[in-house]
Amino acid sequence: MKNCEYHQINPQALSAPNPTPPPLPCTEKKITRPKRKWEVFPGKNRFCCDGRIIFARQSGVLPLTLGLILVTSGLFFIFDCPFLVEHLSSCIPVIGGVLFVFVVISLLHTSFTDPGILPRAGPDEAADIERQIDSSGSSSYRPPPRTKEVVIHQQVVKLKYCFTCKIFRPPRTSHCSLCDNCVERFDHHCPWVGNCVGKRNYRFFYSFIVSLSFLTAFIFGCVTTHLVMRAQGGKGLILALQESPARYPFPLLELVVCFFSVWSILGLSGFHTYLVASNLTTNEDIKGSWSGKSGSEGSRNPHSYNNIFTNCCVVLCGPMPPSLIDRRGFLPPEDALPAAPTETVLPSLEAKSDINMEDSCQDFAVSCAGEHQAVFTCGSGGHIHPHEPCPIDSSPPPSLMLLTYTSSHSNIRPAVLRIPAFPLLWCYRPASH
Amino acid sequence: MAETHSLQDIRQQAAIAAKVFIQRDYTNGTVCQFQTKFPSELETRIDKQQFEETVRTLNNLYAEAEKLGGQSYLEGCLACLTAYTIFLCMETHYEKVLKKIAKYIQEQNDKIYAPRGLLLTDPIERGLRVVEITIFEDRSTGSGR
Repeated sequence: MKNCEYHQINPQALSAPNPTPPPLPCTEKKITRPKRKWEVFPGKNRFCCDGRIIFARQSGVLPLTLGLILVTSGLFFIFDCPFLVEHLSSCIPVIGGVLFVFVVISLLHTSFTDPGILPRAGPDEAADIERQIDSSGSSSYRPPPRTKEVVIHQQVVKLKYCFTCKIFRPPRTSHCSLCDNCVERFDHHCPWVGNCVGKRNYRFFYSFIVSLSFLTAFIFGCVTTHLVMRAQGGKGLILALQESPARYPFPLLELVVCFFSVWSILGLSGFHTYLVASNLTTNEDIKGSWSGKSGSEGSRNPHSYNNIFTNCCVVLCGPMPPSLIDRRGFLPPEDALPAAPTETVLPSLEAKSDINMEDSCQDFAVSCAGEHQAVFTCGSGGHIHPHEPCPIDSSPPPSLMLLTYTSSHSNIRPAVLRIPAFPLLWCYRPASH
Repeated sequence: MAETHSLQDIRQQAAIAAKVFIQRDYTNGTVCQFQTKFPSELETRIDKQQFEETVRTLNNLYAEAEKLGGQSYLEGCLACLTAYTIFLCMETHYEKVLKKIAKYIQEQNDKIYAPRGLLLTDPIERGLRVVEITIFEDRSTGSGR
């Protein structure tokens, strides 16, 4: 009777490569460090700082946005603030500084936060959904329906099937073709911030545009005041422009940038304030999902709380949902699979018992030896290497727990022989023997 | 002598008979709720009441995470005032409840599901889309120790 004891150990402590590589026929010389999930992310996103920062592949005009804000604010602080501090008030640069910091932080948050990307379905889940679609389809030659109807607060809503992510999109979710992801509560893909605006970063986007409209209006007002005060010395505007330390082009540059920004940003802020107050997204507003343009009579927004204040609180101050894509989570380590089967399962050929699973284990070990890569990468949100078939169920284990198996026997039998009906369950049973 | 076996090894050695996916229930909007309808594949393995109890508790926990109340508004306002930098250093209420959920699922697996040859997967690992229940084959002929 073996004295078996299972302990849960930290998989990250075992990230060091195996010192004795197994003698596999098709050993691949790969780096054995465990990969993080962002490295195999299927969408068109880019990652920084080991997965901490995410942004769209096409950063759009984000550098231009940042550049405009930095340059205009810089010119303001350098050329207008000294004059205004002297002639008006010293809190002008303070207010400007606070607004500037708020704008830049909100912009960076909007650009580098996961907007609410839904991970793609794993192969099992996708197959299950396909089965349900096929079983509900008619026997005629029409393709099975790829929409599902749900009733939300007595309102019928159609959920569409996403062919890329292989899921039925939840309500208010849309697939962004630029980022190639389904995004929850999809608002729009904003090229100015270089990212989608969705459930998780809408509040950052809103605070960015509101604070930016305050900042541009503030700078516009200050520059105008500066020039007016200089011109009031009886000199006229042109002379004032030439005399000011900024010299000729800079105040004009600030004025032009701020003038156009104020109108566009203020307009955008106003529009989004309306959306927030009615708990709508830009996508829904443009498509007219709830206004009856799409054909359904008497449709109203089932997500609205019918109270402006409640809607604002929910959208802007609601609980912050977590990122669903687990960028920094580890994929199952590639070296664990070839090592374990060969060390523990191959010797079992000599010590066979009549349990069927050893045969299948052996077959599995041999088939997996050359395809271990596929086993692990298949599980990562449905991303499959086309050249490596997945021989088995390849969805990632629910939680990666490596078990230390200690035995009091000197003649070590592989665990395979000793595992009872539900071997998995040993890790869930308390070590009682 | 200690040998390490990955959980995936052992899972694959106990053959997976089927997987059942409990889908989301959208009748109350986009809040995270799962359907309590009892799948037919589990009829031979577990009580309907037991299953419904598990799903209902999960639904309550998710409702607690997404609850709109004083605490969430306070958190939201504080975050807004600090230009959302507070999210970099503080664990949100949602994340705290997710940890509670993970513990609950572990506990349910330990006590109820594993002895019946089932395994619940935490929905967060499937993007909060489904509760995946893995059904293992009933190998009652295993010789054990």
